[in-house]
Amino acid sequence: MNMLTILIPVALGLGALGLGAFLWSLSSGQYEDLDGAANRILLDDSPKDNK
Amino acid sequence: MSCCAGPIVADVSKTQALDARQITLIEDLRSNARTLPDGKVNYLLSTPAIHCGNCIATIERKLSPLPGVESVRANLSLKRVSLTLEDSAASPADAVERLIALGYEPQSISAEESGRMDPELKQLLQALAVSGFAAANVMLLSISVWNGAEGATKELFHFVSALIAIPSVAFGGLPFFRSAIGALRRRRVNMDVPISLGVTLATAMSMYESFIGGGHAYFDAAVSLLFFLLIGRTLDHMMRAKARAAAESLLRMAAKGGFVVQPDGDTLYLPLASLEPGMRIRVAAGERFPVDGTVIEGASDIDRSIVTGESAPVHLGMSDSVEAGTLNLTGPVDMLATRRAEQSFIAEVTSMMAAAENGRSTYVRIADRLARVYAPFVHIAAATTFLGWLLWTHGDVHQALTVAVAVLIITCPCALGLAVPVAQVISAGRLFQAGILMKDGSALERLATITDVAFDKTGTLTSGTPAISITTINDPVEQGIAKTLAQRSIHPASRALATYLSAVTALPVTDLHEVPGHGVEAIYKGKSVRLGRHDWVAEIANSDASHLESGPSFAIAGKPLRSMSLKETLREGAESTVATLNRRGIRTRLLSGDAPEPVRAIAEKLGIAAYFSQLKPGEKLESLRADAAAGHRTLMVGDGLNDAPALAAAHVSMAPSSAADVGRTAADMVFTRDSLQSIVFAHDVALATERVVRQNFALAIVYNIFAVPLAITGQLNPLIAAIAMSTSSIIVVANSLRLYRLKPKEKAARATVPVKTTALRASPAT
Repeated sequence: MNMLTILIPVALGLGALGLGAFLWSLSSGQYEDLDGAANRILLDDSPKDNK
Repeated sequence: MSCCAGPIVADVSKTQALDARQITLIEDLRSNARTLPDGKVNYLLSTPAIHCGNCIATIERKLSPLPGVESVRANLSLKRVSLTLEDSAASPADAVERLIALGYEPQSISAEESGRMDPELKQLLQALAVSGFAAANVMLLSISVWNGAEGATKELFHFVSALIAIPSVAFGGLPFFRSAIGALRRRRVNMDVPISLGVTLATAMSMYESFIGGGHAYFDAAVSLLFFLLIGRTLDHMMRAKARAAAESLLRMAAKGGFVVQPDGDTLYLPLASLEPGMRIRVAAGERFPVDGTVIEGASDIDRSIVTGESAPVHLGMSDSVEAGTLNLTGPVDMLATRRAEQSFIAEVTSMMAAAENGRSTYVRIADRLARVYAPFVHIAAATTFLGWLLWTHGDVHQALTVAVAVLIITCPCALGLAVPVAQVISAGRLFQAGILMKDGSALERLATITDVAFDKTGTLTSGTPAISITTINDPVEQGIAKTLAQRSIHPASRALATYLSAVTALPVTDLHEVPGHGVEAIYKGKSVRLGRHDWVAEIANSDASHLESGPSFAIAGKPLRSMSLKETLREGAESTVATLNRRGIRTRLLSGDAPEPVRAIAEKLGIAAYFSQLKPGEKLESLRADAAAGHRTLMVGDGLNDAPALAAAHVSMAPSSAADVGRTAADMVFTRDSLQSIVFAHDVALATERVVRQNFALAIVYNIFAVPLAITGQLNPLIAAIAMSTSSIIVVANSLRLYRLKPKEKAARATVPVKTTALRASPAT
């Protein structure tokens, strides 16, 4: 029984952490250009450096 | 790598056309720009040409060094460029020009779609994430309870479940609660009413049970129900958003303004709303006329197909009147505006369309029809159970209430809520693969019930571009010259000739130029050569013995005149489509604005039973209205502006992607493939979808037949509820997935079947 008082909050906390991460990534626009992100890794520099 | 390089336009008339577009585009961009908190201004441009990683790099590198540009970010998925400028004084004109030069012609995005991400989808995804989290955790706790957790442990688990479930039901249930309240306000019942009621009551009762420390808690049922339903709703939303976006990206730019000739001879670009009657407006070749008016200078051929549906261009000279939206083909023309934009021909058709849409017989979706029967049944069953238990237990309110809520939970239409959206989402995905974009799920339901099909002719049954059927240009030298001349013009007949002569080597000529309203002229080995209107070409020919009527003529000075005749080419699959529809017992009909003779020829060739020619847009609309009044459910297939009111009024409508903007907007479905077989396939999918939806309903009802008696007799426990709900949902989804394997029936197999078409019944040409 004592274990439960530790384990349940830990389990819920980890789940909530995942949920929070998803909601954050959603609101910070990480799902807006899925194809572009895959291509960007192949490009040499960021355009800023060429300026 | 030059995969993205586009041609740079150098032609004078086209440059002018481009300028007009740029000016309107920049105006649009400015009106939709967002000012950021730090004073920078953000513009969103749609650039359909972006298609590879290299495009992103090119755009970002070439645009970011421009003066005033703070940052550029290209989005490959949405095919958009987000451009941030340092302050409101900086103009996006340079960037737009650079984009066009790079071959990515930008288009503006209307204010409502310029948001970063569809807010509704974002909310659904958030709700989905929250309810998914809740469903998983509550289910874990519930499993321990079912496994025999007792006493304090059980209470603790119920308490923790409540803590998770209450906020997530409140948040995740919002889309359903809103829709249910909306329906109740309009004094209707939809599926969301029993869903909302079931979820809310299940949560409330479980809370009560947990706090008094006994009985069953249905938190897991409530949250997993929400989770399943949100999956269906999110899929549905994503599918429709995708189809809508694809349909919108097809929209071509219509005239949004015109070049007004000032008294001093300069031209000034004014937006559509500022064009007044009496203004002198210059329209370059390749542009659309912005308003109605009369020609006061110049001559040209114009494409009036959006008005009449007729593909042959009309010659236009002094004091002829032109309608807004028609396309100027061959030469620049000055016109005197006679009406304001909002009174123009296009505006008239648009208002006719709005009226037609309002008058459309109000179609009730199959799920809502079912909800009207189902919801009262559920509520009456729960109320009867409550009263029955109250009498049986001699006034034990708590016991009676518990059982009544259990009935509500078990009948809460989880499978029913999924039955329609899942089937339609899968069908829409299947149609999308086949190049058919559906704007609305109910279009499939309506398509499944059709009794009549009305076709437009030009651009729908025929491809809209003419082809050469026969020509007297036989000499290889003449063919070579004719090809060179034909390639110069955008006149449909010239294009047809160029296509016809595609195997011939073009011969070089000098002094090649287009004579507006007449044709194309050039010098070949010191001799004048002409391709164009018959009387103009005949001036230089020495004879015109073998003159064929419908096409342009061609001659080398001093040589005999050559001519050709044009025919309309049938769209691919037109014959088999009409034959299939006839065999299915669907009445076919041809509604055309064209002359009686070509209409009759096409109708006879395809085996269409009834045809009407020379119809005006209003008359097509009347024909569709008469159908609705007679109880016929008609599918309208059309493409032109003149079809738009009829498309809006029809029971269900389809348009090819080559259709006029208004036509595509008015239609329920847009097909992007050339073949008309898309209509047959869409009908197949619609019928299959309806069948699957009915099967799904049947499955859901069977499940209720078993589960409801358990609930009414008080035998239900949370474990049974959870198993029953998930199983029925999974079965419904699995059954719907079968739709994805639907294949278009083989064309070849169809063609070999001898088809006896119905006898022709010529209707009076009105």
